[in-house]
Amino acid sequence: MKNVTKCFGEVLANNKVNLELRRGEILSLLGENGSGKTTLMNMLAGIYYPDDGQIYVNGRAVTICSPKDAFDLGIGMIHQHFKLVDVFTAAENIVLGLHEAGKLDRKVIAAKVREISDRYGFDIDPNQKVYDMTVSQKQTVEIVKVLYRGADILILDEPTAVLTPQETDKLFAVMRNMKKDGKALVIITHKLHEVMDVSDRVAVLRKGEYIGDVATKDTDPQKLTDMMVGRAVTLNIDRPKADKIAKRIDVQHLTVKDKDGVNRLTDVSFTAFGGEILGIAGISGSGQKQLLEAIAGLQSAESGSHIVYEDADGQQHELLGKNPLDITKLGVALSFVPEDRLGMGLVGNMDLTDNMLLRSYLNGRGIFADRKTPRELAEKVVEELEVVTPGVTTPIRKLSGGNVQKVLVGREIAMNPTVLMSAYAVRGLDINTSYTIYNLMTDQKMKGVAVIYVGEDLDVLLELCDRILVLCGGQVSGIVDGRSTTKEEVGLMMTQLQNKEVRA
Amino acid sequence: MSSKNSCNVVSPNECETCKSRKEPMIRISKRTNISNGKAWGIRAIALLLALVVSGFIIFIIVKLSPLKIYAAMFDGAFGTTKRAWATIRDSMMMLCIGIGLAPAFKMKFWNIGAEGQVLMGGIATAFCMINFGKTMSAPLLFLVMIIASIVAGGIWGLIPGVFKAKWNTNETLFTLMMNYVGIQLTSYCVSKWESPPGSNSVGIINQSTRAGWFPSLFGQAYMLNVIIVLILAVLMFIYLKYSKQGYEISVVGDSENTARYAGMNVKKIYIRTMALSGAICGIAGFLAVSGASHTISVSTAGGRGFTAIIVAWLAKFNTFVMILISFLLIFLEKGAIEIASRYNLNDYASSIITGIILFFILGSEFFINYKVNFVRKHN
Repeated sequence: MKNVTKCFGEVLANNKVNLELRRGEILSLLGENGSGKTTLMNMLAGIYYPDDGQIYVNGRAVTICSPKDAFDLGIGMIHQHFKLVDVFTAAENIVLGLHEAGKLDRKVIAAKVREISDRYGFDIDPNQKVYDMTVSQKQTVEIVKVLYRGADILILDEPTAVLTPQETDKLFAVMRNMKKDGKALVIITHKLHEVMDVSDRVAVLRKGEYIGDVATKDTDPQKLTDMMVGRAVTLNIDRPKADKIAKRIDVQHLTVKDKDGVNRLTDVSFTAFGGEILGIAGISGSGQKQLLEAIAGLQSAESGSHIVYEDADGQQHELLGKNPLDITKLGVALSFVPEDRLGMGLVGNMDLTDNMLLRSYLNGRGIFADRKTPRELAEKVVEELEVVTPGVTTPIRKLSGGNVQKVLVGREIAMNPTVLMSAYAVRGLDINTSYTIYNLMTDQKMKGVAVIYVGEDLDVLLELCDRILVLCGGQVSGIVDGRSTTKEEVGLMMTQLQNKEVRA
Repeated sequence: MSSKNSCNVVSPNECETCKSRKEPMIRISKRTNISNGKAWGIRAIALLLALVVSGFIIFIIVKLSPLKIYAAMFDGAFGTTKRAWATIRDSMMMLCIGIGLAPAFKMKFWNIGAEGQVLMGGIATAFCMINFGKTMSAPLLFLVMIIASIVAGGIWGLIPGVFKAKWNTNETLFTLMMNYVGIQLTSYCVSKWESPPGSNSVGIINQSTRAGWFPSLFGQAYMLNVIIVLILAVLMFIYLKYSKQGYEISVVGDSENTARYAGMNVKKIYIRTMALSGAICGIAGFLAVSGASHTISVSTAGGRGFTAIIVAWLAKFNTFVMILISFLLIFLEKGAIEIASRYNLNDYASSIITGIILFFILGSEFFINYKVNFVRKHN
């Protein structure tokens, strides 16, 4: 790619980017949120068309104006959000949209799919329906789909964001096999240890500009971060011990069923203390969402379950059966950063001020909402958390993922909570923003807040949390001390139930 | 940056062009900021284009001078003082329904039951006029009528709201079907209040006493209609923009989960907003019966309950913009009737003109939201 430029309105997403990709190598594309990685790759995959510049494939200048053009040139992209038809089988999804002559012979397709799987070490059943699949299996289908179309250049956009450590290892093994086969791979990821682990070369983008590339063996995470951010940053998470640890929330025998009557949480009991960060680890969908929503008053539970809040004076309140407003009225300052930022925590079409208002709109006098205080809060959050936005009157959906998250976290912390819950607070965020968030969590802990942190990156959980509760299939697999446990131990507990309980 | 929010999607048919030209000819990108003046400029151009195109079509089909047709349309709507006031009266009724629909649609509650809600307000008003016209004093009767129409319309809106809140029924179908119930109830009432017997119509109610008729203000029969609706427009604008309840409506309209997260009682908001929406549509029925026709029939709402949906959406729920749009639509309607009768064209000719103009106005929204770039061919 030579001098490729792309702008959206007045925003320059890519400015004269030069990128070279070689056969038989894995290239990592690194950059903060909004640095233009996905845009750049989308131009290669035919989703966007560059405003300027030229793309060359095998030395030949090409014009890519649709995903089909891209496929014809052997370029395939695996997007962050899968594009599969749920009611179709793996094989049906793989051939979907191909115009092959003759009739659709499922056996031939299945055989071809198996042949591809065997060659690269995929684990896939061509006849399995997509709705029966785990996230990692769906991803496999996406990759095979691209290979089936004869792709030589594969682009993976944050493939590991949704995988467990074990699944990630499997994916990397497959990627190495593809590399050996002479394919060129691009992986977009925010996790530096993965970059170090799997790639041969790293290319860095910053604010739409191409910064440079380095061979992976000649660099380290610190150097890469400095390149990405443009200045030296420290990559350490401090884990001080708070002086005062006080019991805050006591969850007892919490059982939650979904609307089909299936147990999403079974007999979960634990205690969260003010002045500590309680990490919650588990494969995604192990009941993390239900657990946090039950505490926040958004999820009903079976009888026999109790969530007891203890305030600073030792007074106890039952939170179950109350809605968020009731909980606030009790004087319980509960902050919640939900997983689905724009679908639950924020209103995408509203501006920053009105989103701040979400937590305080009832405070205004009379029938009118007070917008003055929220505007001041919005301005404060923008300044303190370095939110990149044209102004506080910009609709929040126009901000990039990291900035949206800063607004949400900023608002929740501004409530002066005694309990702060966050679900996947750093999902999709770049390294710099992630560390900002970790530090904010630790600050809150030191203020005596009980922080409950649901995370997926085990390395971070082990560095950040005082204790880690591991969920497995909706049950507590164990609670371990964050300072003494190992990644392998937690990984194992995530996949199988253990009765061992190490109380910190 | 997700592909959904960003822009410049190369559409498939553009790629047909690039097969031969090797590059897309047209690229469409989203406008981030557009000044108000520019947006209204685009709308004005659209209106002008619509008039040119429909003039052209009129000329081809009926060989009449388009200018004469437009002059006739203007004459139909504003030709005499009486006609002008009829246009104003009908615009106010349309505006009133649009104001009623605004909170429901802002909440993404598809209230297409305004027709029925208007009729219910009309029935309630007619009932009061017939039964209390002789006994009550004018101010008291006035008060009773307005309350009755608010309650009747409100109940008609409340019912689908309650069903949506309690059992999550589909509000589009529910409100639509409530219209038919409303129409049937109206024809039952018409047969009951028939006057003279056998005419199958209610006739002009209280023709001799004028009990329950809107009084003339400043010498104008319909001045009160204008005042009531404009007050409603201001109140609704403030309600949606500055009140706590208006804020709740916006949040629920964007994401129910976010509303629950913020501790809002989503069910209560559904029910309350729908009752409000129905109540204002009920007032429109009151205006139609007491303030305009002084009778009730199944065509009292006259399809305005549906047309007002266009008013509400085109104005993006801004009640002041709705005033303009209501006027435009009623102007087209009145003008169309005039040319149909003057030039012996049938109703379809006028529908064609109305259709073309609406098409251009709706189409102009695309050019306000998106920018079209033509690509210069380089080497």
